[in-house]
Amino acid sequence: MSQRLSQKFEQLKSQGRGGLITFITAGDPNPQTSSAILNSLSDAGADIIELGMPFSDPVADGPAIQLSSLRAIDAGMTLVKIIDMVKEFRNRDQTTPIILMGYYNPVYHYGVEKFIDDCQQAGVDGLIIVDLPPEENDELLEPAKLADIDLIHLITPTTDQARLEKLLEKSSGFLYYVSIAGITGTDSAKEEVIKQRVAFIRRSTDLPIAVGFGVKTGADVNAMTQHADAAVVGSAIVQIIEANQDMESQALANKVQDKVKELASGL
Amino acid sequence: MNTSIQFNGPDSKGHFGIYGGRYVAETLMPLILSVEQAYDQARNDPQFQQDFDYYAKHYIGRPSPLYFAQRLTEHLGGAKIYFKRDELNHTGAHKINNTLGQILLAKRMGKTRIIAETGAGQHGVATATVCALFNLPCIVYMGETDIERQAPNVFRMKLLGAEVVPVTSGTGTLKDAMNEALRDWVKNVDDTFYIIGTCAGPHPYPAMVRDFQSIIGRELKEQITEAEGRLPDKLVACIGGGSNAIGLFHPFLEDESVQMYGVEAAGLGIETGKHAASLNGGEAGVLHGNRTYLLQTDDGQIIDAHSISAGLDYPGIGPEHSFLNDIGRVNYVGITDDEALQAFKLCSRMEGILPALEPSHALAYVSELAPTCSKEEIIVMNMCGRGDKDVFTVAKVLGVEL
Repeated sequence: MSQRLSQKFEQLKSQGRGGLITFITAGDPNPQTSSAILNSLSDAGADIIELGMPFSDPVADGPAIQLSSLRAIDAGMTLVKIIDMVKEFRNRDQTTPIILMGYYNPVYHYGVEKFIDDCQQAGVDGLIIVDLPPEENDELLEPAKLADIDLIHLITPTTDQARLEKLLEKSSGFLYYVSIAGITGTDSAKEEVIKQRVAFIRRSTDLPIAVGFGVKTGADVNAMTQHADAAVVGSAIVQIIEANQDMESQALANKVQDKVKELASGL
Repeated sequence: MNTSIQFNGPDSKGHFGIYGGRYVAETLMPLILSVEQAYDQARNDPQFQQDFDYYAKHYIGRPSPLYFAQRLTEHLGGAKIYFKRDELNHTGAHKINNTLGQILLAKRMGKTRIIAETGAGQHGVATATVCALFNLPCIVYMGETDIERQAPNVFRMKLLGAEVVPVTSGTGTLKDAMNEALRDWVKNVDDTFYIIGTCAGPHPYPAMVRDFQSIIGRELKEQITEAEGRLPDKLVACIGGGSNAIGLFHPFLEDESVQMYGVEAAGLGIETGKHAASLNGGEAGVLHGNRTYLLQTDDGQIIDAHSISAGLDYPGIGPEHSFLNDIGRVNYVGITDDEALQAFKLCSRMEGILPALEPSHALAYVSELAPTCSKEEIIVMNMCGRGDKDVFTVAKVLGVEL
């Protein structure tokens, strides 16, 4: 497992609290402002950062993240620039884990081996590739393992016991429980259902569990982390960026910080 | 060359060489696996085959005729040219061969809601048609841009009882409609079956759609043997996603004497970047559930396709075609908008058949190929759709007001 991730979950455990995972799309609304936002997240209370790699056809995402991806691509964001962005971030922050999240095509086109090498050098700790199920992910998983980069697997409402075991065989870092059968930024699941599903996953593994999809407020984060080890917030942050996209970089970063502070307030 | 192994694809994980596979969100994986399992059982069930054959004959009107295009043959002055007349199917294209097979599977799986994507509207119409026939609700995702340029087909779908949902995300064309259909499916995994319109998508779709469309090639094999006492020398079909082409080619893949030509839409010309030729102008990548050739930027973002024919306007291609391209079994060539338009006009006057703009691409290539062949050679082209739907587009290009 990536050292930064294991240390982070150890730390959360010793502090007796859940973690906040924040998602932004790299390069949204433009590369410069996005860097300012990235650099402000951990100070505001983000424990782990998910950095979205924008893709033209994000089929698992709702309107908010679809639009953020297009803004980033239109502003000239590329995978090379994302790696650079992480490098720069690592110059000032050596402890906050960074997970790159996205779709397989840009990674495949970049070249899997080169991508993993560059991620390792830049200080990336984990990857979530939404459209790369365990049936297809050996070609990425093997080099990632060698580089101590965790390939985070998604568990969903459609995952049964047999499928869970298949997913766990390949999992490291933490597990990402997708709380609804759906796309990002839409419906929320009932807390009672989450509680049952998290318990179902815990019966088979000791890996930390993060819950995402439909988590929008500090109260949601608080509720989710009663059961899971961390909560992921994406669309609710991305919508702040969307609403204030014309703001000057630092002003927008401050706006995002306010939201992240609110999200972390219940922890 | 061990042909039986090469052409029996895909493997158990849905791969044709390095192409194909199952690249979908985890939420969909259990469903994809259950479709695969259900299809495996269905295709080995004689009752399923009987049902398919019954509706193919009495509802679609199969077998479609094999027609010797005598005037065109004389005009081009080379090989004998035959048309496989899949434009005479009910709803006017080959698309319904596939939607019939998939809706029979959906019913078998107990699904109660059907979704589909459509570009030109032909697959949407074919899906809406079988949904009316089997009394299932039908939701068709269609890009806003396509809704504007294919108004008659939108109205046809509505008459057939389907709900047409405009897709505004991305550029509002076929790939965006497919994105939106996948998003719908992820939200409705329990009751919904997704009828994909071409031989692409996650396994088992590319193989399943090919199997349903292979009725075209199987019929042809019998018909040409009856007409000429032998197999054809060359097969020609247009390619967007590639379902009519794979349906024509597949039963002949092991017949080494039969040469095959898949005709991609070269749009304004491959060199302009405005085209839909994934094999001739794209690179391998992953989109919509499968690994295949795609039109994409240096950074792996998908590029919009361009073609005068909305049915070929897709930035990807079925994974089996990518495989057949790499091993060299099929020749993939390009035909521009202008060349297709010339062929459209030629065929209308020469044979009294208005071809759809999609097979007009195939016909344009036949026009190049036939004169280079001897008079003893036989070319069969798949006339996969009729051109009535395209008269507005053609009129516009020709500067005629209707």
